[in-house]
Amino acid sequence: MSIQSKTSDSPSNRTIRVEALARVEGEGGLTVKMRDGAVESVQFNIFEPPRFFEAFLRGRHHTEVPDITSRICGICPIAYQMSAVHALEQALGIEVTPEIRALRRLIFCGEWIESHGLHIYMLHAPDFLGYEDAIEMSRKYPVQVTRGLELKKAGNDLMSAIGGREIHPINVRVGGFYKFPERRALEKMLDPLKRARDIAHETVQFVAMLDFPDYVQNYEFVSLSHPDEYPILEGKIATSRGLEIPAAEFPNHFEEYQVEWSHALQAKISARGAYFVGPSARYYLNEAKMPPGVRQAATSVGFSREDCRNPYKSIIVRSLETLFACEESIRILERYDDSVPERVGYRVKAGVGHGCSEAPRGLLYHRYEIEENGIIREARIIPPTSQNQKSIETDLFNVANRNALRPAGELAHRCAHVVRNYDPCISCATHMLQVILRSAG
Amino acid sequence: MSDRKPKLAVFKFASCDGCQLSLLDCETELLELAAVAEISYFLEASSRALPGPYDIALADGSITTEEDVRRIQEIRKQSKILVSIGACAVAGGIQALRNYTSVEEYARYVYPKPEYIRSLETSTPMSKHVEVDFELNGCPVNKNQLLEVVAAFLQGRRPNVAPYSQCVDCKIKGNICVMVAHGVPCLGPITHSGCGVLCPSFNRGCYSCFGPKETPNAPSLGNWFIQEMHVKPETVERALRSYYSGSDLMKTASEEFGAARQKFGLSPTPLHPKNE
Repeated sequence: MSIQSKTSDSPSNRTIRVEALARVEGEGGLTVKMRDGAVESVQFNIFEPPRFFEAFLRGRHHTEVPDITSRICGICPIAYQMSAVHALEQALGIEVTPEIRALRRLIFCGEWIESHGLHIYMLHAPDFLGYEDAIEMSRKYPVQVTRGLELKKAGNDLMSAIGGREIHPINVRVGGFYKFPERRALEKMLDPLKRARDIAHETVQFVAMLDFPDYVQNYEFVSLSHPDEYPILEGKIATSRGLEIPAAEFPNHFEEYQVEWSHALQAKISARGAYFVGPSARYYLNEAKMPPGVRQAATSVGFSREDCRNPYKSIIVRSLETLFACEESIRILERYDDSVPERVGYRVKAGVGHGCSEAPRGLLYHRYEIEENGIIREARIIPPTSQNQKSIETDLFNVANRNALRPAGELAHRCAHVVRNYDPCISCATHMLQVILRSAG
Repeated sequence: MSDRKPKLAVFKFASCDGCQLSLLDCETELLELAAVAEISYFLEASSRALPGPYDIALADGSITTEEDVRRIQEIRKQSKILVSIGACAVAGGIQALRNYTSVEEYARYVYPKPEYIRSLETSTPMSKHVEVDFELNGCPVNKNQLLEVVAAFLQGRRPNVAPYSQCVDCKIKGNICVMVAHGVPCLGPITHSGCGVLCPSFNRGCYSCFGPKETPNAPSLGNWFIQEMHVKPETVERALRSYYSGSDLMKTASEEFGAARQKFGLSPTPLHPKNE
């Protein structure tokens, strides 16, 4: 993170510019305008160059969509593949078998473990402990960093065992999978996952000991909600202010709009405005669906559902969700049967479908319109970071205001920490980050 | 390189971040790498951003803005060795599909206010703008190959990365040919080795995310699909226009099948008809 500050500026009217934010996925920044010691306005800038996925998906065959959309994000490719296949399967009238659904949930657990492990240890923990990165942190906390890498590796290995590789897996298709991995090959993941579960327990204890700023907001939380399980793959879209709708009604209640300072569209709830997606939203809305072991782990560190309102504590929620994903993947693996058909057949027809899934960093919505020959006519993708942009700006405004008189470097670090609370995925949101503090003058 | 640790830098351009993430995915080797090289610039992993010059620079992503043209030129000046990693950096990536149409139309489709969007007409590889010392293929790159490339340049030798086709790897692995045995069209014969022949190992045809191998004959394979496997020309055209659509070879070959489509006026079909 490089910070530019005009030394001539007084603390109350000044310019600080952080060219590119570190430890986030992608390229971005932010602009905070200060006047008379108070923050005048805040902009969260995403400079990641646009790649126009929705535009070039038109004219592609629907069977290519899961592979193409996974290229939006190297950290959460499975979420893209899953939202895509859900939307396409709805359009084509396909119902997959419980076994296919279980294997999809299993590979998704791998992505949660890998992505949360990366964010907790390599991107977020250094903020709390005052290090530039995990490598520097490993000198003081060698055991924790090594365990964190081991945790992340277990998630990646699970994804590779099912999907061929952890980045852009190749086994997911409309209607199911190309191949069900052999049971004895997948069983080899049981021991590493049990070890990962132990590390996840230690992680909950480790992150709960960090110092958290006293900052609480009354966000409107939004996540999937499922009658029987903690949401990963599917469910209704629920909010903490009582909205509950199927994925197909997403466009009726949520809208995207564009601001001049960002290459990512922002989103809001049409009736009210900013909202919050991601682990804290999921946990807030679905705590009761967490297995008893995870709830006990939360209680043991004094974490309650209301703590989700402190965005810094998202690191605790990620650790709890990692523990959950380890337990869930062990549960699915123990029941895994490789003797069932890997996919369901279907007839290609014209249709429209909506699909949602819970990417590690929050709700991911896809919509496709397919022509009768199986070619994509229209595509719409709304990633989690676009949806969180407005809440990120609100937090930045508040935190910059509280710290307005601090030295430039420290203020910039505090702002960057706020952004990292959200685990933003900037490549996703443009399908970036730059901290700029500008004087009002 | 003298007694000091060589300086390694990692830069990102237009991409999904997956290729530089591959470096963080080297969980067991990452701390070892940090012991032999000074990771001087790697924004995805660290807030520490040291100025150049660098001994080895890895760059992922493609060039799609004027600012990025200037940035890659500056990085080139600052780096003894510059390696482009991944399909975006080597060939422009999936986003090079814009090169076949108008970026303005794309921006109008995706953004309500396309006038706010600053983007070049084309998505191009690093090599179109600066001289690169090595190109590592893959969407994403294979992390073992990435480690080999970094290790090789740290040791002052050429990386050992095989340029032959996927078919060679399928034979080594003992895979049954999906094209011969199951009639599934497979781009393996023209595709660069490196992924570990994943798709054929999962009963599907290669979709060429590692790009063209050395001396490929794409038109011959495409004609074979059409004549022997009854694949429609536009399906061949589309298959050749994907993760390496920005490479000159894929462009020329795919245009041939685009002309065939116009001639016959055929309707689209999927690349894997037997799997439907």
